[in-house]
Amino acid sequence: MFNLNKEAKLAYTMLIPTISIVFLIILFPIFGNFWLSFKEVKLGDLRAPQPIIKEKLKTKDIEPGDDILIEYRFKNSSQKKPIFNIEITDKISKFISPVEIAEGCSVNNNLLSCNFEEWKPKYNEKIIFKFKANDNFEIDNFNPKESKPRGIADADNILTNLKFSLKNFKKILQKNETIENIKVTFLYSFFATIGALLLGISAALLLEKNFLGKGFFRGLFLFPFVSPVIAVAFTWVYILDPFKGFLNNYLLNNEFISEPIFFLGLKKIDFFGFDFPFTLFIVILFESWRYFPLAFLFILARLQAIPKDLYEASDIDGATKIQQFFYITLPQLLGVISLLFILRFIWNFNKFEDIFLLTGGNAGTRTLTVQVYDEAFALSNMGTASSVAVLIFILLAIFVFIHQKIAPKDIEE
Amino acid sequence: MTNNIYQFFFIYLYSIITLFLLAVIGDFVSISIFLSKNIFIYKNIFIYCFLYAICFFAIRVIITNQVSNIFIFIISLALSYFFLINKEINAYQLLIILSVFIAFNLLLQKYFTAKNFSNFLFEVSFLKFLKTNSLIFFSFIIIFPFYLMFVSSLKSQMVLLQNPTDLSIPFFYSISDFFSSYIAVITQYNFLNFALNSTIVSFVTVFVSLFFSIPGAYAVARLRFAGRSKISSSILVIYMVPAIVLVIPLYVIFSQLGFRNSLFSLMIVYPATTIPVALYMLQGYFKGIPYELEESALIDGCSRIGVILRITLPLSVPAILSVSLYVFMIAWNEFLFAFMFLDNQEYFTIPRGLYTQLDDQEVPRQYLMAGSVMITVPVLLLFFIFERYLVGGLTAGSVKG
Repeated sequence: MFNLNKEAKLAYTMLIPTISIVFLIILFPIFGNFWLSFKEVKLGDLRAPQPIIKEKLKTKDIEPGDDILIEYRFKNSSQKKPIFNIEITDKISKFISPVEIAEGCSVNNNLLSCNFEEWKPKYNEKIIFKFKANDNFEIDNFNPKESKPRGIADADNILTNLKFSLKNFKKILQKNETIENIKVTFLYSFFATIGALLLGISAALLLEKNFLGKGFFRGLFLFPFVSPVIAVAFTWVYILDPFKGFLNNYLLNNEFISEPIFFLGLKKIDFFGFDFPFTLFIVILFESWRYFPLAFLFILARLQAIPKDLYEASDIDGATKIQQFFYITLPQLLGVISLLFILRFIWNFNKFEDIFLLTGGNAGTRTLTVQVYDEAFALSNMGTASSVAVLIFILLAIFVFIHQKIAPKDIEE
Repeated sequence: MTNNIYQFFFIYLYSIITLFLLAVIGDFVSISIFLSKNIFIYKNIFIYCFLYAICFFAIRVIITNQVSNIFIFIISLALSYFFLINKEINAYQLLIILSVFIAFNLLLQKYFTAKNFSNFLFEVSFLKFLKTNSLIFFSFIIIFPFYLMFVSSLKSQMVLLQNPTDLSIPFFYSISDFFSSYIAVITQYNFLNFALNSTIVSFVTVFVSLFFSIPGAYAVARLRFAGRSKISSSILVIYMVPAIVLVIPLYVIFSQLGFRNSLFSLMIVYPATTIPVALYMLQGYFKGIPYELEESALIDGCSRIGVILRITLPLSVPAILSVSLYVFMIAWNEFLFAFMFLDNQEYFTIPRGLYTQLDDQEVPRQYLMAGSVMITVPVLLLFFIFERYLVGGLTAGSVKG
């Protein structure tokens, strides 16, 4: 009835803006990340090497006819890389004319232009240019610095050249820290996901039946999720502060503890002869607290879609509430729980802000995402940072693959 | 007899947990209303619960089943009075303690009315006990951090340092003292500028996301074209992409192009990360609109664009509202990109500003809390006004966080 070809054309037109922005800001950077991970890029390399030129007037009290010495200082901004085909231009005063200038330079229409083939790394040279004051020289209007010298040059840009190496991966895999971080990331993602799911299931079961104030509680239960992470993380840090915080002082006042606990600064505590990662546990509690609302919403929606006659039938058969939960409710929720598990696991795996704001990655809570940040900005190494990001990507892909193989599928989805 | 021992054990367990929960909350309530010293001696809860269970067990099970629960409660309370209240307390505190015990008794007594504590009764009572306590527990763990954030922001530095456990709202302050932290944050720390930046970025993000995702969502939901199923399944994959994977290359690219340190950089990154979610949420809603409506308009000679503008969009106002709110929240709360991209104070959004300006040991904590309140309140207000739409949108869109 309708023209299919025309319809497809319209569809593509409507999708082009979305596809192009997603391509530019999401797919292209992913590619860029892989690209960077094979390059030894430091934070400082983001500024391409360039010529720096400064001029300085060396002669004083100039009269018409005098020689004028102007010192040019040429410098390669990079300490490590040469620059090529340097072109320098500088407007010089109309009151002077050249006498002796460096090789490769010429003056044309009051325009000094120089060409150099190559400046080595750390190149830094002062060259004196000799000019002569013309007869119409006016000292008041003479200012050799009236125009800034400009230089352009070709440089080998490490970001775009085709040299690749595996050194970044070698570096990060040789660090003992990386293996530890992978372990922490898995522990954190797994238990934070389990925690959020358990809290979410309990909260959903609580609000399953209609009662007065249900809407209020539903709104309230979503608070941690919709609030800005920075506000809730700061509040938790404040509550858990060893000296000024509420919790420690409250426990001290009640004589539950005799000295303050460093909730966010205890890497390990001895727990019946077993090293218990205490701060990681606190961070997992925070994550579970902050993200259970999402699980709660999904599970509540699914709970209310379970046919009521299942319960009625089991009532007649004499099933107890707990049996009903394990034999009816839980199997019905399995699909959504499995979906939520994978979603939350991936998002926790990718989480940066929460841990960064709570502990800054200290006390045994350094996940891979925090390591990316540290590599990039504390160690100023973009290359290794990208390779850690690639590692995250690969680990996630493996995890998703395994989950796809073994996870129960929701029939409706 | 074994049943009776079970019963005794469960009464003891239930009562300890319930009373503990109530005691903590009662304690917090009392220190936030009347005084800054806590009144409960928690160790006594175990004694009280033991006495309560003994009384219950002895009177109800062994002597007679006819005695009312209130009577048991009064006897156990009288017995434990000696152990419990050995601090100097005033009438208000006594009131709080009493109301906690009465609430405790009311919560518990309906579980133990049966003579024979059968498995079935155990289960029913256990579930009821769990439900009531969990509701209290959940509300408490959610409200408490927000309440503490709010209360701390009103205190003066001296009060905070002297008495960190003080939860009372300082009503006796004058108005200017009451809001002094807020005034300081606004005047000394350039907060209004941050708020303006955040507002601009968030609104632009909402506008751009909608502008891009509405046509895209319509195309995916309604139009037939090659690759449609691929596109709709790849949307979900795209919003699984970790932000940390994007941030390093984007930092590099934006630095090279020279617009990293600007609001503009956020205005392109935020929409790009929200468009897939928005598109997914919207196409789900568009699919739910009866196609007959559109079909009849098409037959009557309306163009596709006309159909979208006159039929689809007016019908999907709730979905668009919830998507806008959701996108607004993401942009308003976003920290990572703002943290990485912005260097100049004049471009800071609120989360970025809070992190740099106020998260410092030198800066008084109440300022940090005041800043946190100011960033949270707009979001929670919006959330409360449009809760219905948001909840629908959140579940429909299987949302990122």
